[in-house]
Amino acid sequence: MRKYSIILLFVALSAIAQTPVDDLLYQSGKIYVVVSILVIIFAFLAAYLVRLEKKITELEKKTK
Amino acid sequence: MLAFEEMRKSWWKILSVVCIVYAIIGGLLMPAPDDIGILAKTIRNLHFHVPMWFTMIVLLVVSYIYGIKFLSSNNLAHDTMSSSFVKVSMLFGLMGLATGSFWARFTWGTWWIEDAKLNGAAIGMLIYIAYYILRNSIEDEVKRGKFSSVYNLFAFPLYIVLIIVIPRLAETSLHPASGDTIGFSSLDLDNNLRKVFYLATVGWILLGVWIATLKYRLIELIRKNEKI
Repeated sequence: MRKYSIILLFVALSAIAQTPVDDLLYQSGKIYVVVSILVIIFAFLAAYLVRLEKKITELEKKTK
Repeated sequence: MLAFEEMRKSWWKILSVVCIVYAIIGGLLMPAPDDIGILAKTIRNLHFHVPMWFTMIVLLVVSYIYGIKFLSSNNLAHDTMSSSFVKVSMLFGLMGLATGSFWARFTWGTWWIEDAKLNGAAIGMLIYIAYYILRNSIEDEVKRGKFSSVYNLFAFPLYIVLIIVIPRLAETSLHPASGDTIGFSSLDLDNNLRKVFYLATVGWILLGVWIATLKYRLIELIRKNEKI
């Protein structure tokens, strides 16, 4: 599932490059680029926390 | 991917992420009073700098409660809970200091200034750094728990006095809502800031609790492994 989700991400990103979303990112002094980057950084942090959570849960089950 | 049942149990973690993503997008793009003197658009820092301190305070309250619980139960898990929450609250405090200092540089013109609010926050952090040192200096687990819980019992009221009460009593201050300054609520007449700020606060507090519980579970695992 994780393998496919990375491929899906790239497909989605390449799709963005040719759509109206692309135009939006160039508007208003490109502030939307800043917003997107902050969201991406936070998404990675949140995903990292979820992974950590899963690992700890597994260890807890093993220790019991 | 999380299983459905797991996702239902973790609703508040999902809520936290949703709230923070909303705060990032809304905080930057939604209308806000962008014309208040030296603040200009930095008023939007409100959604990120202030929740750091709110989160720190909430985590310290939880830590305080578990400190008292440990003193009455002698259950080491309660002590782990208490110390984990202090540790993560320090992280949020550091982020609060760093963001505040940076904000001050580009509004007040300096990284740091002799101000009741700023110095109070710095001394408050030192109090909890001393908590670390105290903990690390005691080998015996039960004794360590007792000493640090009792220390916590006195540290937290002092911390609240330092970061909230004294700054409010101070004659002058540059920091909003302390001394002779006004808080954000009187700046924001059309409630635009509130639409983002409250949810941002909820999001960051929940994220802090999430990280602190992970820390707790990790330390408990390490402790149990050492026993075996």
